[in-house]
Amino acid sequence: MVEFGGWDMPVQYSGIIDEHRRVRSAVGLFDVSHMGEFEVEGAGALAALQTLTTNDVSTLEVGQIQYSLLCYPEGGVVDDLTVYRLAPDRYMITVNASNIDKDWAWVTAHGGGARWRNISAETGLIAVQGPRAEDLVSELADIDVRAIGYYRFARGTVARVSTLVSRTGYTGEDGFELYAPWGETERLWSALIEAGTKADVAPIGLGARDTLRLEMRYALYGNDIDQTTNPLEAVLGWVVKPAKGDFIGKPAIERVRGEGPKRKLVGLEMADRSVARHGYPVLSGGRRVGEVTSGTFGPSVEKSIAMAYVETPLAAIGTAVDVEIRGQARPAHVVKTPFHPPHVKR
Amino acid sequence: MANVPADLRYTKDHEWAKPDGKNYRVGITEYAQEQLGDVVFVELPKKGAKVTAKQSFGVVESVKAVSDLFAPLTGEIVEINTALPNEPQAVNQDPYGKGWMIVVAPSKPGEWNELLTAAQYEQFLSEGH
Repeated sequence: MVEFGGWDMPVQYSGIIDEHRRVRSAVGLFDVSHMGEFEVEGAGALAALQTLTTNDVSTLEVGQIQYSLLCYPEGGVVDDLTVYRLAPDRYMITVNASNIDKDWAWVTAHGGGARWRNISAETGLIAVQGPRAEDLVSELADIDVRAIGYYRFARGTVARVSTLVSRTGYTGEDGFELYAPWGETERLWSALIEAGTKADVAPIGLGARDTLRLEMRYALYGNDIDQTTNPLEAVLGWVVKPAKGDFIGKPAIERVRGEGPKRKLVGLEMADRSVARHGYPVLSGGRRVGEVTSGTFGPSVEKSIAMAYVETPLAAIGTAVDVEIRGQARPAHVVKTPFHPPHVKR
Repeated sequence: MANVPADLRYTKDHEWAKPDGKNYRVGITEYAQEQLGDVVFVELPKKGAKVTAKQSFGVVESVKAVSDLFAPLTGEIVEINTALPNEPQAVNQDPYGKGWMIVVAPSKPGEWNELLTAAQYEQFLSEGH
């Protein structure tokens, strides 16, 4: 067990590589109840979210979900999040566990004109991910979960537990994230484990959660994005919608867009199996040109892979760089991402 | 309890040494590989390199961590396990067999007697190391 954002979390159950492959080939369960959830309600809810987040919330239909960012006026990232439109004037946002307090202070300070409620402590969350996730959740649900599209959700019961069934995840596989009342989450977990036995279900720890998301190049707050990184450098420009109107951070982000970002978050593949870890320098001709933000051995790609900020001229696919590992320059090159093809439902 | 073969000697850093003619074969213990988790990379010096007891001679990386390898004995490396770069998982699957790392020709053979016996290493593990 390790401490993560104040929670005791298992790094691994059977082993990171075994768990990783289980999710890619069958189905895995992640207890991610530590994630934070806030609800925002009222006639001013949309305006509050439009001010706070970079993506265009006005495009969301009820039942739809959007990936987005909270930014500082300087353009750095407060957090990344998903926005759920629960009802015409009611939304839920899901934020990173380690940022709950900071985000709560931020949204309540800058998202006025709407009623905010922090439901993190009463909301459990289980991610069911993998090619057999749909069969498993279908078996226990009283709604047709097969009909739920990617980045859409529906309400129903799963194993007789009242659940918000969200077709999202952090693995690149098809699957669901099940939001349930805190006190019933354990029962839901047990029912999924029991019903999933023949589908070869297994619990998955934080270690494989990280290798799975890294193969997809999904950003991890605190590693790949933070207060010092601009969304455009992080290649998250696709969730920044300046045409929607004003939002916090827009002038700073648009300035970077005009000038062009000086560095970019790229995918690196190491020539050997040495692991490029967070904070290791990236070199070009012996000169420091960037830094690794996340790195691991990718169990599905069977290569040592990393994400790193590098100077923009070095961000082109195929560019050769080195990563300094224990004082030694080890060859790597920029590759296209995701490292592993996603298998999400479209 | 992790497997601790009786005919080997051990370090407090969880390496093992095993007599091999006049030389000693070296690897990491079952306990060490369990603690590391899936090993994905092993960095070893070249044949002919000198190693010093209790000093780092290489590195083992798992998905979650990187750890130094410490030499049980002082001497010269006369053999390295060339299969490990392509098969690092051998360290997990067979730490006392296919997962061996180097063979050392000792320059101070007396150091062998300073290593932990299997019973001492088991005692050390039971103390929670």
